[in-house]
Amino acid sequence: MNLLSLLILHSLLLLLLAPLLPGIIAKTKAFFGGRKGAPVLQLYFDLNRLRRKGMVVSPTTSWIFFVGPLLAVAVPLTASLMLPFGGLAAPVRFGGDAILFVYLFGLLRFFTASAALDTGSAFEGMGAAREVSFSCLAEPAVLLVLLLLGRLAGSFSLQQMLAPQQLAVAWPAQGVTLGLALVTLLVVVLAENARIPVDDPNTHLELTMIHEVMVLDHSGPALGLIEYGSALKLWVLGGLVVQLSLPPLLPTDLAATTLLFIAGQLLLALLIGIIESVMARLPLPRVPALLIGSGLLAAFGLILILR
Amino acid sequence: MTMNLLLTGALLLLVSGVPGLLLSRASGLGERIALLLVAAGTVCGLTGVAGVLRSPVPLLLHLPWSMPGGSLSLSADGVALIFLLPIFIISFCGALYGLGYWKQAEHQRNGRKLRFCYGLLAGSMALVVLAANAVLFIIVWELMALAGYFLITTEDDKEPVRKAGYVYFAATHLGTAALLVMFVLLGQTTGSLDFVKPQSLDGTAPLAGLIFFLALLGFGSKAGFMPLHLWLPGGHGSAPSHVSAILSGVMIKTGIYGIVRVAGFYTAPPAWWGWLLLVIGTISGVMGVAYAIAQHDLKRLLAYHSVENIGIIGIGLGLALIGRSYHLPLLTGLGLAGALLHVINHSLFKSLLFYTAGAVIHATGTQEIDRYGGLIKSMPKTAVLFVGAAVAICGLPPLNGFVSEWLIYLGFFQAVQHSSIGVALSAMFAPALALIGGLAVACFVKVFGITFLGNPRTEAARHGHEAPASMWLSMSLILLFCCLLGLIPWVVQPLLRRAILDWGTELHTAAATFAVARLPWLSIAASVLLLVLLLLFGWLNWQRHRYPQQRGATWGCGYQFATERMQYTASSFADTLVSLFSWGLWPQKHDCKVLGTMPTESHFSSHTPDLVLDRMVLPLSTHIAQACRWLRRQLQQGIIGIYLLYMGLAVAGLLALSSLLGGAQ
Amino acid sequence: MTEQLLQLLPFAVILLGFYVLASQRLRACVEAVALQGALISCYPLLLHGFEGQALMLSGGALLLKGIVIPLMLLRAMRKLQIEREIESLIGFIPTLVVGVVVAAGAFLFADTLPLALEHHHSLVVPTALATMGCGFLLIITRRKALTQVLGYLVLENGIYIFGALISKVLPAMVEAGVLLDLLVAVFIMGIVLHQIKREFSTLDTQPLTELKE
Repeated sequence: MNLLSLLILHSLLLLLLAPLLPGIIAKTKAFFGGRKGAPVLQLYFDLNRLRRKGMVVSPTTSWIFFVGPLLAVAVPLTASLMLPFGGLAAPVRFGGDAILFVYLFGLLRFFTASAALDTGSAFEGMGAAREVSFSCLAEPAVLLVLLLLGRLAGSFSLQQMLAPQQLAVAWPAQGVTLGLALVTLLVVVLAENARIPVDDPNTHLELTMIHEVMVLDHSGPALGLIEYGSALKLWVLGGLVVQLSLPPLLPTDLAATTLLFIAGQLLLALLIGIIESVMARLPLPRVPALLIGSGLLAAFGLILILR
Repeated sequence: MTMNLLLTGALLLLVSGVPGLLLSRASGLGERIALLLVAAGTVCGLTGVAGVLRSPVPLLLHLPWSMPGGSLSLSADGVALIFLLPIFIISFCGALYGLGYWKQAEHQRNGRKLRFCYGLLAGSMALVVLAANAVLFIIVWELMALAGYFLITTEDDKEPVRKAGYVYFAATHLGTAALLVMFVLLGQTTGSLDFVKPQSLDGTAPLAGLIFFLALLGFGSKAGFMPLHLWLPGGHGSAPSHVSAILSGVMIKTGIYGIVRVAGFYTAPPAWWGWLLLVIGTISGVMGVAYAIAQHDLKRLLAYHSVENIGIIGIGLGLALIGRSYHLPLLTGLGLAGALLHVINHSLFKSLLFYTAGAVIHATGTQEIDRYGGLIKSMPKTAVLFVGAAVAICGLPPLNGFVSEWLIYLGFFQAVQHSSIGVALSAMFAPALALIGGLAVACFVKVFGITFLGNPRTEAARHGHEAPASMWLSMSLILLFCCLLGLIPWVVQPLLRRAILDWGTELHTAAATFAVARLPWLSIAASVLLLVLLLLFGWLNWQRHRYPQQRGATWGCGYQFATERMQYTASSFADTLVSLFSWGLWPQKHDCKVLGTMPTESHFSSHTPDLVLDRMVLPLSTHIAQACRWLRRQLQQGIIGIYLLYMGLAVAGLLALSSLLGGAQ
Repeated sequence: MTEQLLQLLPFAVILLGFYVLASQRLRACVEAVALQGALISCYPLLLHGFEGQALMLSGGALLLKGIVIPLMLLRAMRKLQIEREIESLIGFIPTLVVGVVVAAGAFLFADTLPLALEHHHSLVVPTALATMGCGFLLIITRRKALTQVLGYLVLENGIYIFGALISKVLPAMVEAGVLLDLLVAVFIMGIVLHQIKREFSTLDTQPLTELKE
């Protein structure tokens, strides 16, 4: 497959399917709550509606206010280019792209938090402070996982680290360590995507929110970009988990692997829905313990394969 | 020829402030001449740098000099180039900035002194990097230290400034003392006070460890590694902004230069050298940024970020030394390339941050972050410059700070793949680098958000104004460099290759390093990001024009009468992280608990003094001074008989000593 | 199958240890320790196969560590009405960090021990060391007497793993004795807990430091 068609296929997969995930999560939660719930495609309708709305903009804000929403889509899209989707190889791959992948989300965080502070609202300031504080602890955890995968794969490119052929060898030999890495990654994915047990995307009390409170003032197309961006982010970060846990008894067929990857993404959304339904949000002071603890698990795993 | 150019450049910088001294206080001619001389020096210097880069071997210059033990020998190799580049560029930008920031007409009392010492500092830094003889090195090193002292105490009519200057003076001389011993020992090993070729001394020799340790102590106190950083916050906080910029961006790097140079002399150093640097670098990095988060004074905050970035450089150097100990050329190359590139990068974005801080302080008249707010509207250009510098210092793509950290990460990755656990365990420091990055983002969101965004918190912030042309011209120049180095980082590849080669590594190391670290890919990724961003921006703009946009007040969660003072403050923003790091910061929090259903007035504030300086060194020296005063009171009784007794005792003691020593012979 | 279980079991045991170190809620801690006890009771069977002595050891451990003692502790909790551990001197996160460092150290250190060849790269010895380390940490850092009892239990779990490894040469009576000791110890602790509670109306062991002279 040449680069151009790969690029198009890869991006289309992401751009078209990502909004499914929040829908599945919401549906799962509705099922557990004994409700019928919104249709799975709700986010597509929402996005279409938000696109055609006029924005309400506070006079306090400046151009920074719009950089946050723009990056919310641009960053996951750029980062996704370094991630293999099942059998579809990453269109951009080079040694060290894993670090770029992680740091791109740092850029997003910088401007999302800045856009929140741009409104001058104390609540949004609170959310921004929490977001940047908790992410500091998630980043070392991700890096430990990357080091671990890099050591196993002998390469520092996400494509090599997450290649199904490579993982098929690694799982039987280092299953426990990879399991630890998987748990860490899952916790990070939940934290970075503002999910229970770290954050509650559905709460309506500004004081307890982290991510949602930062986007309170956005409206219209800008809010649409943010909603779409968070779906993309869930797909991209969740992609790490899915790609890592693809079973070793994988077919070598390209199309089948990719289909399996998509199914894995949907399953992950289901899993997140279940976690959200059965768990309560942690009290904020306990969140650092969760993130540090998950990082320590990865550190422990890394030591195990180093010895 | 090239060496002469470099030397001319350094000397032009050195004397740039002299003509101003001869002119009257009120005359503005001196500052123009100084700028002209600095510009000429920079042009000479940069041409020289290009010349050295073109020559295949390091250049040497020997001049006759009647100094015992010293010869006036200068040399310029790849390592020196890395440091010369920021010295010349930032000196020029600082001089240009100073034209608007510290106008002779407004600062008649100290303007001439400032310019004179600025030139001395810039020129002596260039000479420090060029010196190839220990005596010459120490002389220009001291000249640099003294110039730095007078620059920090520019406003010597203020008490805190004098205090900060004194701390700097004490710290730098303790460092020099260690360096003197180090050079004597080094001279004993080599038999000459001239610098030797890289990798020509045996790292396992018994003295080598001591020499390295002393170098780390002496140069580390200049660079600002964590327990030795005590002069930085006060020093950088008290100096005028463009002076803080050159001190923090460039001068502290001469400490790094010293460590690189001395460590480079040795072949196969013991592994603990690298490990020590890794540990010190990590401590400096993490605690530096943690302290920065806890600060509310803009310039002190930036000063602590220097400690952080020096820590990152230390981590890179540590990796390079571990690579050299275990003969891993890739690890050496990546660690060194990352550290040296970060030297250049940090000099750029840190200077820019201090310049923008200067512009903000110039406009508002305060250094307290909590008194700013909403400056993006009155100072839009400065805000753009600040955002650029902030993104760069946080190590975020697509600006230059990311590139150097990326190289260091690649080094860590080489380490983790190694089969020996001694090397592989060093990769456990990589998460610390990630933590530093995350904390830096938190810190700069706080600074940027509280300073530039939201509504003005005070009257002064409401009436902010844009900086004069000379200031923002020099700032824009630096931001341009930051963007260039971030978007097309491969332009510095020849420079880094040369530095790696001249550090005494094997021939293939540099080529292998950049076969692993393929910088052009970073350009591709950055351009993809920018392209997507541009497309989305176009779409959003189109939508905004299609559907009418309304103005409406910020959503106050139902509350209608929000005032500026209800915005989130720097203390509150930092509180989560400060409490998380309270084991190392020992913050002083003054908070009243809100009690009862109808609570009365309450307030919260937090303040974090420096653990080393304010909690250890100063109390300790106070106690020592008290003890000495007590001793003096005991000795000085004012009775002549007692003084005679002292003399008698002293004579008796000397006699006893001489007889004892005589007996020993 | 046995091989894979022997690979997985240690991690479950160690992770449960970490969980106890990090958790504030006493009920969850007791349950985790019970689960850990039940898990380690599999060790004799996995190591020596289904035979008389191993079966006896396993059954005894499962009964005592997995069921009886936890139930006793839960009952004590109910009677004494305690639910949460209070923040210890060094806090939960640092304790967890130290715990992971100790566990990692155990894995690095176990390779250097002069062990029999067949145990050289097995995970049994480091697991035992790491579990003992967790137990020690619990006893050292916690303030409530009940969590200190839990620490003692975790420590004993570590010793049990060691014991299971060498149970071939260790008479069954010794093992049984150890288990019995444990039961009696927990009994006594239960009585002591009750007394402490009655005297000081708290389970914090801090007031006990008054008794040092």
